[in-house]
Amino acid sequence: MSLMAPIDHSASRPRYMRRRRLNFVMMSLSLAAAAFGLLWLLAILSTLVFKGVGGLSLDVFTQSTPPPGSQGGLLNAIVGSAIMTAIGVAVGTPIGILAGTYMAEYGRHNRLTTTVRFINDILLSAPSIVIGLFVYEVVVIQMGNFSALAGALALAILVVPVVVRTTEDMLNLVPNQLREAASALGLPRAVVIQRIAYRAARAGMITGVLLAIARVSGETAPLLFTALNNQFWSSDLNAPMASLPVVIFQFALSPYTDWQQLAWTGALLITLAVLTLSIAARILAAGSRK
Amino acid sequence: MTDASLQAPTLLLKPDAARASRLRSFRLKDNVFRHLTRASAVAVLGILSGVILALVIGSWLALSTFGIDFLTTESWNPVTEKFGALAPIYGTVVTSLIAMLIAVPVGLGIAIFLTELCPPVLRRPIGVAIELLAGIPSIIYGIWGLFVFAPFLQATLQPALISTFGSVPILSTVFAGPPYGIGILTAGLILAIMVLPFVTSVSRDVFETVPAVLKEAAYGVGCTRWEVIRRIVIPYTRVGLVGGVMLGLGRALGETMAVTFVIGNAHRISGSILAPGTTISASIANEFTEAVGELYTSSLIALGLILFIITFIVLAIARLMLLRLERQQGA
Repeated sequence: MSLMAPIDHSASRPRYMRRRRLNFVMMSLSLAAAAFGLLWLLAILSTLVFKGVGGLSLDVFTQSTPPPGSQGGLLNAIVGSAIMTAIGVAVGTPIGILAGTYMAEYGRHNRLTTTVRFINDILLSAPSIVIGLFVYEVVVIQMGNFSALAGALALAILVVPVVVRTTEDMLNLVPNQLREAASALGLPRAVVIQRIAYRAARAGMITGVLLAIARVSGETAPLLFTALNNQFWSSDLNAPMASLPVVIFQFALSPYTDWQQLAWTGALLITLAVLTLSIAARILAAGSRK
Repeated sequence: MTDASLQAPTLLLKPDAARASRLRSFRLKDNVFRHLTRASAVAVLGILSGVILALVIGSWLALSTFGIDFLTTESWNPVTEKFGALAPIYGTVVTSLIAMLIAVPVGLGIAIFLTELCPPVLRRPIGVAIELLAGIPSIIYGIWGLFVFAPFLQATLQPALISTFGSVPILSTVFAGPPYGIGILTAGLILAIMVLPFVTSVSRDVFETVPAVLKEAAYGVGCTRWEVIRRIVIPYTRVGLVGGVMLGLGRALGETMAVTFVIGNAHRISGSILAPGTTISASIANEFTEAVGELYTSSLIALGLILFIITFIVLAIARLMLLRLERQQGA
């Protein structure tokens, strides 16, 4: 009994305590990092709510952007954003889904798929302002004017990689037995994919589209010199069109306090929209996993 | 094709012929669909080559006028039409470095917290919160940076830095000058906050790939938590972590709106990181629509080309690293 207590502890104790201390310091640092990181992010969100809510009124949704010093809202910008996002998603989604389908269903292990996957992952985080320059070169210069169509096209290019990625991932999760069973019934490949694989992966693919909408609805850089901006109500696709992010950019940098207030309100609206979309996407994805 | 159109000939033809025509239509649709998907996959490659091609053509005028000097000239003068990319390149690199210096350790810390320390009940909510924050548009960070963060720095951190390091030889240049609020440092800090969620979520995902057996074995021989992380988790995930960091770096290099608001848009290289500067993306965002003259526009597109090449290389390295981790796991 008396053998157990003192013997080798005395020798190793300082070292053991040092290890304990180091562990404690490092773990405290990681806790501090988490607190620090979340603190900034909380600060941003709370400022947004604090400054944005004050400007919320019916006018925001019923009137167009005002000249400095007068009453107005963000109607043209909200509608412009909605139109361009809708066209962008409508154009980008089919291309993304088809490309993802090829990668998961036809060429799962071939060279083309590997290359496309690699390039797609790079496009996924490529600077969006460069996409704006590309569309400016290809569309704006050729057509001779800034237009909502050019803006929508820039957004479509940003939609594609997001949808490709989720479509491929989700189709890869579909069990092969489902496809084999369908093929055994004599169904052609295209029907197997459209009727069986798509149906099994539907929730995941919709999640991808929602995430793509969330991503492009806040994009500013690619719209700056494609759709430009428009002070007035416009639904002409061939003319410059206002969008919420670009209006925020312009109004926030202006010296007028009423414009700055509208910028904060717009920022709050965008953030709410993006967060709602991402949460909806997450709920959908979680629901389909069960 | 609707059923009705298929049925009409079926009645007239012999069963064999009906079957053959039906099979033919199946085969046709099958082929059309397959080629459509293939064409879309190729279109993704087409986007990339189109972007590169358009940028090269657009920047040709500037590149052929200034040659290699474009990369090494600091002056950016629309009046005399002399343009050089050195100041924006410098600003892009320095702001991204500041961002990564802060975001990497903090992001790793949060990832360690989430995987090793956090009570399981909180793990998912905090993880989801961080992923949601990664989706907040960059313009939000920009407007916050301009109205809240920059004045805050101007009043607190910047005067403190100036007075603390004012008498230290080299650091007095780095932190020289009046506290403007906006400038290189502010842009770097905003970028840090912005890429933090990316670095965190990639590192957390990577940490979670470590087999539990390895960690349990280390705990079994009496390792402390830190020792498990330092000796087991980090070595095991090293490649993936580098990939995650590069991914964050790629984001930081190309980030436009968050930086444009707070960088000050000054085309010069200053020894002090408190001074205003510019980055490639901020220059393009600020000046493109106001650029008069082909050479000016072309120079801005050349900046875009340089940015695209830099981010392409960084992101390609990131992907290769992450792919290596996947293979290592698969093996």
